[in-house]
Amino acid sequence: MKKTYKIEVDCANCANKMEEAAKKTAGVKDAVVNFMTLKMKVEFEEGADPAEVMPRVLDNCKIVEDDCEIFF
Amino acid sequence: MNKKQKTMLVRILIAAACIAVLEFLPVEGTWKFALYMIPYLVVGYDILRKAGKGILKRQVFDENFLMALATVGAIALGEYREGVAVMLFYQIGELFQSYAVGRSRRNISELMDIRPDYANVTAEDGSLERVDPDEVEIGTLITVEPGEKVPIDGTVVSGESTLDTAALTGESVPRRVAAGDEIISGCINLSGVLTVRTTKEFEESTVSKILDLVENASSQKSRSEAFITRFARVYTPAVVYAAAALAVLPPLVRLAIGLEAGWGDWIFRALTFLVISCPCALVISIPLSFFAGIGGASKEGVLVKGSNYLEALSQTKIVAFDKTGTITEGVFEVQRIWVAPDSWLDRETLVEYAAYAEMHSSHPIAESILKAFGKQPEAARVSDVTEISGHGVKASVSGHEVCVGNGKLMAQLGLAAPEVESGGTVVYVAVDGRLEGYLEIADRVKETAGKAMDALAKAGVRKTVMLTGDRRGAAENVGRALHIDEVHAELLPEDKVALVERLLGEKGPKEKLAFVGDGINDAPVLSRADIGVAMGAMGSDAAIEAADVVLMDDDPYKIAKAIRFSRKCMRIVYENIYFAIGVKLVCLALGALGLANMWMAIFADVGVMVIAVCNAIRALRVKHL
Repeated sequence: MKKTYKIEVDCANCANKMEEAAKKTAGVKDAVVNFMTLKMKVEFEEGADPAEVMPRVLDNCKIVEDDCEIFF
Repeated sequence: MNKKQKTMLVRILIAAACIAVLEFLPVEGTWKFALYMIPYLVVGYDILRKAGKGILKRQVFDENFLMALATVGAIALGEYREGVAVMLFYQIGELFQSYAVGRSRRNISELMDIRPDYANVTAEDGSLERVDPDEVEIGTLITVEPGEKVPIDGTVVSGESTLDTAALTGESVPRRVAAGDEIISGCINLSGVLTVRTTKEFEESTVSKILDLVENASSQKSRSEAFITRFARVYTPAVVYAAAALAVLPPLVRLAIGLEAGWGDWIFRALTFLVISCPCALVISIPLSFFAGIGGASKEGVLVKGSNYLEALSQTKIVAFDKTGTITEGVFEVQRIWVAPDSWLDRETLVEYAAYAEMHSSHPIAESILKAFGKQPEAARVSDVTEISGHGVKASVSGHEVCVGNGKLMAQLGLAAPEVESGGTVVYVAVDGRLEGYLEIADRVKETAGKAMDALAKAGVRKTVMLTGDRRGAAENVGRALHIDEVHAELLPEDKVALVERLLGEKGPKEKLAFVGDGINDAPVLSRADIGVAMGAMGSDAAIEAADVVLMDDDPYKIAKAIRFSRKCMRIVYENIYFAIGVKLVCLALGALGLANMWMAIFADVGVMVIAVCNAIRALRVKHL
């Protein structure tokens, strides 16, 4: 399952770091962050519940870039 | 500017003013330190705070942390002015970047400002109600007033008007529509009031599809972007380790050979490294170039589905075309009328007899004859119509026996039909057992097709190929007229795939093959080619789905244009990559030798970023390409 979320982040490199962090989160199969449109596309693993995975994605992103937000 | 940016600007101005004043104040020692701390904290407190958080989270390669380390280090070495200035310029750079990116984000969304805000649903009594387009069901009557956007795809029920389709196709000539015509969402109604019955939901309408496609396009990352991401990941740590080595190793070596260590100097050089350690210029300018390139192209009616396709498009060396509907109009028309020298008929009457004989037929050939006749035939003049399958038609027209058909029909009638060398279909007309003449019917080549082939050759395409299911004669005629290098005719859809595969096998490793089709039955070929280009795809979901590049109108010249857009965009991308990496490497080298100080480093860092971003935005301008 794929879902797109709106994000807020200030710099392009931070967006890349968020992408890395999101990819490494358990339950996430793949993630793409588009800095230009400020969107994060997350592909969840089979059976993963987005509502449960997304807070963890946000936590991981906060580690690499404190000043970011994901709207889910 | 948003609120965050305005606050930042104020902080920068205050800090800059403070520094200017401090230049002229004759203070020394602790006072100097304390006074310089004012602008430093005003402009950099958030960086320091983020750096602190970074340390707690063990993110040592965080830009904020590195910038904080560099400036704190400089201040600790007594270089107050440098430390504060680096922080100031870093923030100026960040502000510029966020402003420029915000601007181009807005610019591009304005380019694609085709999202309708509302639909006027027409009630039975004729009153209008404004509703969200999302809520309009299929089959609802909506009214589109002059100046409004068509919100949902549909069919015109009543009214006449002209539509501005420029936002969708880049075509500036308005399109006339009247009752019965299909119209697509995103066009702007120019003159009259239209009543439209919707045929799709908003989600499925053209405008939603296009917006979705353009917005998601830059998520498909290109090889250059992937390279930059990888580079950025390696670059920062590498520079930081190099800085650490630079701070420690040379002084130790100097000590070992009996010289003075010079710790301060080397540490200062190392701090210069940290200032250059942020890969920002690259990381921002490459995606921005692609984003701008895709945005600019979509304004011109060329939708590119991803940065990777834009990159591939720039390497196009072979272009294969479908014929009907792509190079030709896909509409048959009478192109030549020949009347036998001894005939009692003239050109008009020959067509008239043919049209009467064919009036009950719905075959495309019959339709083209009727169109050439241009009048409504009177049914009473025609009787005894017999369709002779595969040959033609026989009918009695005003008492004359008229036979209209191919050479086989003439042979059956015992008439000697002249052989005609033709790219189309020849229809002979015999009246009362005598051959009176023939009509040559062919598909018309699109006006811009010739210009398109020339432009492709100029754009560096080395081979053009035509693949068609049509007859060889017709195909070769078109191919010759347009100077197409290879013509393959009488192909089944699977033959097209096989041929494209052969062409793919023959091309060089860095060359790309594009296939251009009208998308209706070319889906397998579109997906097999390196780049599938669907044209005239407005409203055709299958084509938008299967293709990598969608031309909104059916102008083949747009392919050459698209290749030029992509070339320009890629040129900008490479300029930025070489420029940004080059300047950084030079600065690192000069910094290590002690020839560049922190001032130069921060100017290099911010300056490169500003130039790269401005360069990237150039990709947006494709109008005159």
